[in-house]
Amino acid sequence: MCLSIPAKIEKINGETAVCSVGGSTYEANLMMLSVEELEPGDYVLIHTGFAIQKLDKDEAEASLEAFADFKKLNEEMDREENEKNQRLI
Amino acid sequence: MKYIDEFRDRKVVQALAQEIRKASTQPVKLMEVCGGHTMSIQKFGIPALLPGTVELISGPGCPVCVTSRSYIDKAIAYSQQKDVIIATYGDLIRVPGSESSLEKEHAGGAQIRVVYSVMDALQIAREHPQKKIVFLGIGFETTAPGSAVAILQAYREKLTNFFVFSAHKVMPPAMSALIDEGVKINGYIGPGHVSTITGMKIYEGIPAKYGLGVVISGFEPVDLMQSILMLIKQIETGNTRVEIQYKRAVKPEGNVKAQQMMNEVFEPADDWWRGLGVLKESGLKLRSKYSAHDAEVNISADGMVPLREPKGCICGEVLKGLKKPKDCRLFGKVCTPRDPVGSCMVSSEGACQAYYLYNR
Ligand code: SF4
Repeated sequence: MCLSIPAKIEKINGETAVCSVGGSTYEANLMMLSVEELEPGDYVLIHTGFAIQKLDKDEAEASLEAFADFKKLNEEMDREENEKNQRLI
Repeated sequence: MKYIDEFRDRKVVQALAQEIRKASTQPVKLMEVCGGHTMSIQKFGIPALLPGTVELISGPGCPVCVTSRSYIDKAIAYSQQKDVIIATYGDLIRVPGSESSLEKEHAGGAQIRVVYSVMDALQIAREHPQKKIVFLGIGFETTAPGSAVAILQAYREKLTNFFVFSAHKVMPPAMSALIDEGVKINGYIGPGHVSTITGMKIYEGIPAKYGLGVVISGFEPVDLMQSILMLIKQIETGNTRVEIQYKRAVKPEGNVKAQQMMNEVFEPADDWWRGLGVLKESGLKLRSKYSAHDAEVNISADGMVPLREPKGCICGEVLKGLKKPKDCRLFGKVCTPRDPVGSCMVSSEGACQAYYLYNR
């Protein structure tokens, strides 16, 4: 019940929105957010039928960028391990 | 799927595992307080990725698990009034009460409807003006605002046949109580979706009073691994504080509109938690302004059976992180998700069920 899923807003009708997750669509109540700040294409977290927060695109991208560095590091370490044929850590 | 797949990247998880191995020099126990985290951690096999120095333990963050049996008993008593329809989240339906469960009562003819949202319960109330609709309001700060929205709506519409039976709870008192009781942990993986609503301020007492860090985490493997790394770094440098890893969903101030609605409708009240007992101001009850929608004020619980706890269930100890599900003699033998003895096996967020499904 504490689960929440990221869903894409397809259409806003007053205080509800039609949202899609994977292939399915859901109705989400928007009363916990400011409708003026939402538009189709935005992602929201849905919890028990309510959109509880708009997902922050910039923050998500910032995280992913940081992860890209981790990934690079991991690949370098893999390569080094293969060359030396021993585990680094 | 967007905002999910990117946070499941195996390479990133491995890199974070290496970073954790490098950073961790001393044994630590980290507690995840959210049942959703417990489930993700077991499902994605996070413990196997961690060095021997880092142990994860589950805490009291499964709403169904911490709720008392007498709550179920009372809901069943309500369901026996002939003009009452019970509306509940599916999570509660199989939870054993002292003598029965809502599922069994339903099979026996009681009017019990499973709803996905409290707004569905409100709709049932509109459609059945001659019936009394009792919504079973359980859950923490993520779920409580939904109940508040519904109560505000019922108040506005003068929907006098809509009632909420609130067992809503707030997280911080339980997080403090655990440490006060002497449960030894070195940091908290903070509940992501609770914090979406509350923001980070509510946890500030934890580093201030106990010197423990709290990292508010998302639910994907990359999120959890990064949060663990952040906690380890805090511990290793001695700079413990509240941090947000789950920045795409959690703002420092939280969802202020949801907080306002929650505060308008509910006030703090002492409440009982499985494993922890009564904790001061840890529950949410309806303010007197909305008492016309309070099930406990308006609906008779005649016929409620006396409380009886199951023998052998150590769910309370599991919720405190003192024991693991496998320490329970009933685990997997007498107690299974199909035939649960205690609430920790019923809920998909319960530690016993998560261990049963992914780590038997
Ligand atoms: S396995 Fe079942 S009986 Fe044992 S602690 Fe968990 S819920 Fe209780």
